[in-house]
Amino acid sequence: MSWSSLSLGRRLLWVVLLGTLLLGISLVLGLCLGSTPAGWRRNLAALLGLSGPHDVLATIIWRIRWPRAVLAGLVGATLSLGGLVFQALLRNPLADPYILGVSGGSAVGAIAGLLAGLAPFPGVALLAFMGSMGTLMLVLVITASEPGARKNSLLLAGVMVNAFCSAVIIFLVSITQDARLHNMLHWLMGDLSIAAPGQTTLLICLLIPCFLAILALARPLNLLLMGAETASYLGLNVALTSRILLVVTSLMVSVAVCQSGLVGFVGLVVPHLFRLRLGPDHRLLIPACVLGGGSYLIMCDVVSRVLPSQGEMPVGVITAMVGAPLFVLLLMRSR
Amino acid sequence: MPAAVSAKHLQVSYNGQPVLRDLCLEVPAGAFFIIIGPNSSGKTTLLRALAGAVQPQQGHVEIWGKPISHFAPKSLARLVAVVPQRVATDIPFTVQEVVLMGRSPHLGLMGLEQPRDLELAMEAMTVTRVNHLARRPLMQLSGGELQRVIIARALCQQPRLLLLDEPTAALDPAHQVSIMDLMAQLRAERGLTVVMVSHDLNLAAMYGQQLLLMQEGKSMHSGPPAEVLTYEKLEQVYGCAMLVDENPLGRVPRVTLVPKRFLGPPLG
Repeated sequence: MSWSSLSLGRRLLWVVLLGTLLLGISLVLGLCLGSTPAGWRRNLAALLGLSGPHDVLATIIWRIRWPRAVLAGLVGATLSLGGLVFQALLRNPLADPYILGVSGGSAVGAIAGLLAGLAPFPGVALLAFMGSMGTLMLVLVITASEPGARKNSLLLAGVMVNAFCSAVIIFLVSITQDARLHNMLHWLMGDLSIAAPGQTTLLICLLIPCFLAILALARPLNLLLMGAETASYLGLNVALTSRILLVVTSLMVSVAVCQSGLVGFVGLVVPHLFRLRLGPDHRLLIPACVLGGGSYLIMCDVVSRVLPSQGEMPVGVITAMVGAPLFVLLLMRSR
Repeated sequence: MPAAVSAKHLQVSYNGQPVLRDLCLEVPAGAFFIIIGPNSSGKTTLLRALAGAVQPQQGHVEIWGKPISHFAPKSLARLVAVVPQRVATDIPFTVQEVVLMGRSPHLGLMGLEQPRDLELAMEAMTVTRVNHLARRPLMQLSGGELQRVIIARALCQQPRLLLLDEPTAALDPAHQVSIMDLMAQLRAERGLTVVMVSHDLNLAAMYGQQLLLMQEGKSMHSGPPAEVLTYEKLEQVYGCAMLVDENPLGRVPRVTLVPKRFLGPPLG
């Protein structure tokens, strides 16, 4: 039986099974690898809680690595899904929250919120959301005037918005003495090290409903790929659906950016890899991007923690080194 | 019985340029209705207005007697299906996936198709003779195959009214006839009302029961082919001489284009 002859339900089942397996493997790796090396026996014992209550390794795994791996998984899933939705909505295979400047906008909002002394939730998150919606509207307005050259002007607009946001971030971080902001690289290159156990639950409560909302709109996303007019002939309320998708996606991207800063290109790499194998159907791609995107960023985070002999590097360095070449490749192919 | 679709004093303009001017039409249920006219006479805009994709500045469209703006998008798509002139083929959906999209107005949000939907898609592909292409990506199809796939998608919506924008343009004669025959067959067998925009006056004469001849956004003449396709009316609208006689196949007009060298004695 070939893949394409399986029914959609069967294919969905396989995607969810393999995706969950991949996520499980990544989580185990994320928990076991780090700057405190240990043999697999000790790791296994600590993972299963057999090593006693005062084991240092168990503390490291469950207090430090676990929240961080969960954060990486959630951020990776969010950014992958964000890229997938933007690519369908804008009918542009190169769209991604980072490339469009949406991530940059929410980072500016988040920093402004932190400087104003707002609480992480809902104050900072709300400003980040406004920042992402603002940049998204700006990019859409810039490109709306010339529908013909939309593909490239969209990217150019995104690059410019992104450059501006980066400058504002550096400016804000430079002029302030605020200790919470001292790490500039955290915002510019993405960093998962501030993961705190208390915020994980809040993140899950915010992001999972967004994932489910987008999953419920999987079929409308397929229709939108055929063009707005065709989608409306097939009974879709295009304006309403697009608005819901833009708001939900901006919301979840800004929540992710608040926690992790600007992790670039995840939304470009992950959807493209899955599209090669699974085809264009969003009913398969959405679960694949959530599970696979989560796994991808957990793995990238492991690499960024394990590779340097001292300290660690921002995870955005790894994702950019993978993603930027792929972006160039896709750009060359789209001509 | 109310008309399947009617337009009342439609007025549409783009950027201040009027495209439809005070246009009225009425298509009886079960009719094969063909809209003809020169380039940029507003045929496609009229079709899009009948489909609800263009909001007229004045006037309105009624579907079975009910104003089109009173329909929810989904319930309109269960009644009216559209075959547009151009479709996106850059996304690697397969033929079957595209045809199944026609089931969308009948499905919920996440919309997993049931066996019944697959059956209907298979039937639609059989009727339009594209079932052997089910697993092919859309971008590998020829023009005639693509047109039949899009018609299959429209049939999958189980509509009562089918709107087509130049479905035979850029097709060879065999494919033109097969599409027109298919429309005539669907009309006869399922009582489908067919409204089509066409450039081909002879196909319009042979298949259309009612024609609408448009010029500069206005309805110039409408009625059965024998009334609309006269040389005076055609010359007035198209601005070129045409020879109209009886088609040897039956009692419909036949239109022949007249090259310049046949018009009057050569100069000089």
